[in-house]
Amino acid sequence: MPAVVLRAPLKDLADGHHEVTAEGASVEEVLRAVERAYPRLVGWILDEQGKVRRHVNVFLNGEQVRQGAAVAPGDRLYVLASITGGS
Amino acid sequence: MGTKKGLFVLQGEGDGPYEVAARAFAGDVVEFAAKDRRTGRYLASVTSGFYGPRLLWTDDPGGEWQVAAGPSFPSHTGAAVERIWMIRAGEADGLLYAGVDPAALFMSTDGGESWTLNEALWNERIAGDWRPGLGGLALHSICPWPGDPRRLAIGVSAAGVWLTDDGGETWRTGYPGLVPLYMPEEVREHTNVLCVHNMHRAPLLPERLFMQFHGSVYRSDDAGASWTDIAEGLPSGFGFPLVVDPADPGCAYVIPLTGAEDRVTPDGKARVYETRDAGASWTARAEGLPEKDAWLTVLRQAFTGGDDGEGDGLSLWFGATSGEVFGSVDAGRSWFVAARHLAPVTSVRVA
Repeated sequence: MPAVVLRAPLKDLADGHHEVTAEGASVEEVLRAVERAYPRLVGWILDEQGKVRRHVNVFLNGEQVRQGAAVAPGDRLYVLASITGGS
Repeated sequence: MGTKKGLFVLQGEGDGPYEVAARAFAGDVVEFAAKDRRTGRYLASVTSGFYGPRLLWTDDPGGEWQVAAGPSFPSHTGAAVERIWMIRAGEADGLLYAGVDPAALFMSTDGGESWTLNEALWNERIAGDWRPGLGGLALHSICPWPGDPRRLAIGVSAAGVWLTDDGGETWRTGYPGLVPLYMPEEVREHTNVLCVHNMHRAPLLPERLFMQFHGSVYRSDDAGASWTDIAEGLPSGFGFPLVVDPADPGCAYVIPLTGAEDRVTPDGKARVYETRDAGASWTARAEGLPEKDAWLTVLRQAFTGGDDGEGDGLSLWFGATSGEVFGSVDAGRSWFVAARHLAPVTSVRVA
């Protein structure tokens, strides 16, 4: 299964897990599976229409990708706050 | 106090001193926070610069907050909530309203734990191709009718006043009299780009509403159907917040800013203006407020009247983007500083 690396505050919403595994063949499917496993994450990474939020970046094995990108077993996804966010 | 850097709970009595009793949501923008006096429940609108907006509730603002189910748009709209501008108690047990960007009204019947989109108003928004103001497409003013949950007036930047008499099943506009000076003269009469900044109802005379508009101040005596300009006597018609005295239907307070191009208190003087004759005349209320080099910006939700007094004993509170909070416990005749050095203040409410 792909692994998903989370940092605070997302890590706290995933019951403190820095790294979780989830099934899925695309970035979106994997992130949806993470939401199902940790419902407190719903609305944080993906908005209510299922789009990755504007100021959240997803990296696949070190390369920034869009949510439709294919994911293979053994891949690592990093979910990180963008430098364009904040206030 | 909602601020750009979290929620601050100020505690104190009378004219002070006040101290910061609690801070929550560090680092996030707290757009709005208020207490539902019917239940004692606190509600807050919080926006993370990264992870989006959410509405939370608690019975102890210094303790743990629960995330509400919504407000969020159903999939058929294709929309996503950008910001929750305001939360307001309705006229039935458990009934609450939330106004959001993109402009939509959400309703809760369980005290704010779950939320449902008002589809009829959303359909008006799509049909009317509503346009945003500088702060977004914001439904920020919600005015229930005391004792009647079917009647509601709302204000939208920039889509004017919308009215319902059937609990939100159908809506109509309240545009006549509003003059959008920022539009070409030829289209002013027919445009729906009407930038309401804030609107409140006089509880003892519900047909009367006061409005701070983008460039003037208005009054309605027919429940929002039409509007009369009452800005004469003010140093500027521009500003954002507005407060009414619940005991006096002739009373409103505004905090004028120089203008759309210079959104600070005029001449470096912080002044609140009061009318007690429904806008026929205005009186500056500035004793105790900074009179020199005070270039304050006071945002839309950052001015409020307390629920603990009225008439001569009305308490008034406003916060500035400079991080100062000012209070009055004598209806604006004198003012004191309740807090300094907070983050830019986005909203103020008395709990």
